Amino acid sequence: MERGYRRKRINRQIPEDEVITLENVTKSYSTGAPALNGVTLHIKRGEFVFIVGDSGSGKSTLIKLLLRELVPTDGEITVLGYNLRRIKHSKIPKFRRNLGIVFQDFRLLKDRNVYENVAFAQRIVQTPSREIKRNVPSILATVNLAGKYKSKINQLSGGEQQRVALARALVNRPAILLADEPTGNLDPNNSWEIMKLMEQINENGTTVIVVTHNREIVNAMKKRVITMKKGVIIEDEEEGMYIDED
Amino acid sequence: MRINSFFYTIGQGFKNLGRNKWYTLASIATISACLFLFGLFYAIITNFQHVVKTAEEGVSVTVFFNEGTTEDQILAVKSDLENRAEVREIVYVSAEEAWEGFKEQYLGDYSDGFTENPLADSANLQIYLSDVSLQPALVTYAESISVVRSVNRSEVTATTLSGVNKLIAYVSGGIIVILLLVSIFLISNTVTMGISVRKDEINIMKYIGATDFFVRAPFVVEGILIGIFGSIIPLVIVYFVYTKAIEYVASKFTMLSSLLNFLPVEVVYNKLIPISLALGIGIGFFGSFTTVRKHLHV
Ligand SMILES: Nc1ncnc2c1ncn2[C@@H]1O[C@H](COP(=O)(O)OP(=O)(O)OP(=O)(O)O)[C@@H](O)[C@H]1O
Ligand SMILES: [Mg+2]
Repeated sequence: MERGYRRKRINRQIPEDEVITLENVTKSYSTGAPALNGVTLHIKRGEFVFIVGDSGSGKSTLIKLLLRELVPTDGEITVLGYNLRRIKHSKIPKFRRNLGIVFQDFRLLKDRNVYENVAFAQRIVQTPSREIKRNVPSILATVNLAGKYKSKINQLSGGEQQRVALARALVNRPAILLADEPTGNLDPNNSWEIMKLMEQINENGTTVIVVTHNREIVNAMKKRVITMKKGVIIEDEEEGMYIDED
Repeated sequence: MRINSFFYTIGQGFKNLGRNKWYTLASIATISACLFLFGLFYAIITNFQHVVKTAEEGVSVTVFFNEGTTEDQILAVKSDLENRAEVREIVYVSAEEAWEGFKEQYLGDYSDGFTENPLADSANLQIYLSDVSLQPALVTYAESISVVRSVNRSEVTATTLSGVNKLIAYVSGGIIVILLLVSIFLISNTVTMGISVRKDEINIMKYIGATDFFVRAPFVVEGILIGIFGSIIPLVIVYFVYTKAIEYVASKFTMLSSLLNFLPVEVVYNKLIPISLALGIGIGFFGSFTTVRKHLHV
């Protein structure tokens, strides 16, 4: 692709209900081919989106760009009205408070119990103690962990740990939930439980974006599916299916 | 910042101390060692300065006048000299007083044989200086006054004392600077260690939307707490060492103690407590703040 074409700005007015907008986004790391190559993508408020594709196709890179952990090499990203290329460093925390994030490896604080892990997210955004005491038990009930609030993290199963991580991501009532292979370390039953919880959260109005390799779940849930390959989107379908690689 | 966030930050600072115990203890121990040495130096130096000062206060310049100089003229010179900055006090000794003093000191009962004052022209001014190092300038000036016959001074004492004073100031200053640098280096290591141990937690905090201040503050609080503990411990130890040392010298070397005249511990501690705390907190703050800036890219 010639640079002249890629640099062209599309003067498109972002619709009011569009929470994520990527226009011709390219991300190159210092070595190798670009991890994302001219990606254009629009996601509306309240959507549930699966992102699938081979290993190395650029899914995690896309999630990191949405978090503003990475800055695009070229193109424009707008999330919830924040232009992520131009956002000031000091505004990033405020922006991130609108996002809930879940990773494959849970990333919990192992030296603290379940309650503390969830309350932690509220302390960081300086929620008054009174509200923390109300919100944390209620969100733990949502993820079916009400009875385990005192447990240490290493006393929990993988599925329970991921539910704690989910509770932590949700307790600050994010507008968008981003999950990068949330079921990657879980067995089928626990994977389904996590997916069902995310569907339930989505039904309550949160936009949910899930990167996954779980073919069975993707095919069963009948959601929008974006398929990536070598840094480009090769398929984007409502009620899509997991495309088999040859 | 909300009140409960403030307490949360302070609480995290305390918890950090416990999270990497051994590094914390090592840092507190080194700062304590540094401030302990500082405290000892300080106590010795202030005592020495006290001795020097007492000695300096005794150093005087004596100005004698030409034959026939009237008392009024002498008093005029006195008030002229009193305007000079280096002069602390001038005592006028009349011829009679000089003779009385001489009789008392050297002649005792044999003085009856004198019918008139043999020291008729020995009226003089005894000048005490605020700063002995300025003695030469004063002497030159006094010698240039027309009615002045001679100026007696104690050159050796003056230069030695001011020399010793300077030497002590330089040496102690140098040692203290080295100790402070070592302490800052150690705190910095502790905080770097804390940051690397808690990398994951810091990352999570950033994903959740913690401000830079919120991420950094607990580490700075940790440094300050280390500084506070590191200054209180040596203050307590030096207190006991100092009082014991005074007692010991007083009981074992009775002769020496009348000569040396130690400052009471309260006088030393009046300044040592605020200085040590300020140094400890300063080291802790500076060490952790710069480290956090350098290693914590949030
Ligand atoms: N920090 C990095 N530095 C250099 N190259 C990177 C970096 N991170 C990712 N890449 C490269 O970018 C490409 C896309 O990586 P990415 O992690 O986005 O893939 P992915 O779709 O998430 O793969 P997987 O399904 O295995 O998680 C890969 O070729 C990868 O090697
Ligand atoms: Mg990935």
